[in-house]
Amino acid sequence: MPEATQSAFAAGLLKAAPPPAGVMAWNSPSPHRRYSVYRNNVSASLTDALAARFPASERIVGAEFFQAMAEAFIRVHPPRSPLLLIYGDDFPDFAAAFEPAREIVYLADVMRLEAARTRAYHAADAASLDPQALASIKPDRLGDLVFLSHPALSIVSSSHPAATIWAMNAGERPIAPIPDWRGEDALVVRPRMTVEVVPLPPAGASFFGHLAQGRTLAEATGAAMTDDAAFDLSENLAILLRAGAFTATRKDQDDEDRDRA
Amino acid sequence: MIPSALSQRAGAGFKPEHFAAIIAEPQPVGFFEVHAENYMGAGGPPHAQLGKLREDYGLSIHGVGLSIGSMQPLDRDHLTRLKTVCDRYQPESFSEHLAWSTHDGVFLSDLLPLPYTQETLFRVGEHIDEVQETLGRQMLLENPATYLLFAESTLEETDFLAEIARRTGCGLLLDVNNVFVAAINHNLDPRDYIARFPLEAVREIHLSGHSETVDDLGAPLLIDSHDTPVKDPVWALYETVLGRIGPVASLIEWDNDVPAWPLLRGEAVAAQRLIDAAARQRAA
Repeated sequence: MPEATQSAFAAGLLKAAPPPAGVMAWNSPSPHRRYSVYRNNVSASLTDALAARFPASERIVGAEFFQAMAEAFIRVHPPRSPLLLIYGDDFPDFAAAFEPAREIVYLADVMRLEAARTRAYHAADAASLDPQALASIKPDRLGDLVFLSHPALSIVSSSHPAATIWAMNAGERPIAPIPDWRGEDALVVRPRMTVEVVPLPPAGASFFGHLAQGRTLAEATGAAMTDDAAFDLSENLAILLRAGAFTATRKDQDDEDRDRA
Repeated sequence: MIPSALSQRAGAGFKPEHFAAIIAEPQPVGFFEVHAENYMGAGGPPHAQLGKLREDYGLSIHGVGLSIGSMQPLDRDHLTRLKTVCDRYQPESFSEHLAWSTHDGVFLSDLLPLPYTQETLFRVGEHIDEVQETLGRQMLLENPATYLLFAESTLEETDFLAEIARRTGCGLLLDVNNVFVAAINHNLDPRDYIARFPLEAVREIHLSGHSETVDDLGAPLLIDSHDTPVKDPVWALYETVLGRIGPVASLIEWDNDVPAWPLLRGEAVAAQRLIDAAARQRAA
């Protein structure tokens, strides 16, 4: 029965097992090495897919460690879709709980940044907000603005300098000691065809997070100032426009309803 | 149903790292082939690059994740994604493998072998009907590189492929490297396989490199690794096929240890020379 044959064949591919009954070679009734070619192919192609998605993380832990961690992940979370482009969304959470990686406290956050970068790479294309569009809005109405997120936008927050560590291991800046070891937040954006990681100033993650949730500029500013009194609105607005994090603005919905009434 | 219609020229598997070199000047290839699954994201550089290539070259979309050889139902979501990619790029050809890769919802990311029986013949035929109906296109089915056999098989692979083509109207993608790899792995003469193959249904040929190892008993075991130039016996087998069927679209696949573009292009140019020779032979 072929479906049973396939079940037996599949069962030995994600873990070491002898060839299933009914599998043979011209010179052998139980071709271990030939069956293991398939197991090796499965393992290599899935670990390669993860290594392609998490290259800086692989560099941090080394190829051998990464492969062992990837194999452990694949056994527990094999792909449920042929779309390997997005395989491994839950790999960072797995790494956070992976005992051998416990001392690399920043690893999971670097992986979250890399996962966000791949999602941004494949996100829908969209034109970013034209900076001139803001200039035409009356100053007393700015607070009511609501921003529409660019499809590539995400915000990655870490209690470690994850963005700096990522940049050093992605060849974006030289590897060097980090004297000021503190949490970092970053935007991941793709205004055109290049994915960018934009470090955020204090309370920037709160500000952008609220805007991305559809809160007004005034609400996001208030929330950010509550989180950190040092929040600097003009600096964050400059980042907003330069990074292409949003595609358009609209006035607050309540306001529109009021205008219509 | 839109028939498969690649021009009878040499092509190359497209790798994003070659994009800048490819668009820098006109290339001596008739078409590029891409793996469908790499273009199933919403946007970004993959689509920008493929859109640009499509302006100047023929296109073959080659699926690696549909699991046509599965005894379980096809993944409808994946089939819909394939339709989206084909509708967007209107390729001259769409092809997939006589193999399975998904079982109980888990994607195993390899082209796995199946026994050849009346039952598998029926299921594969049904799957191909479903693909062709959904896409509105004739598809090509590729012969696999296999490392082992099934005791329950009752049909030769060549007879299986001929009957599938007859039942469904699909075309065949003859992977000459796979023929060589599988023949050596099963202690057969690759020329006998070609002699039995339903060559009249072939619409495209694949050429690639393989690596060599041995099985438990020390017998040669070839691996379809796509990581080297095409090897001499595979070129020789390809010439035999061209002599039988004349010029046909022929693709160089190179997926691992990918070389700089000029080396891959050189392989395509070598294939084109053999296609041209076959055309002259036909004319004579």
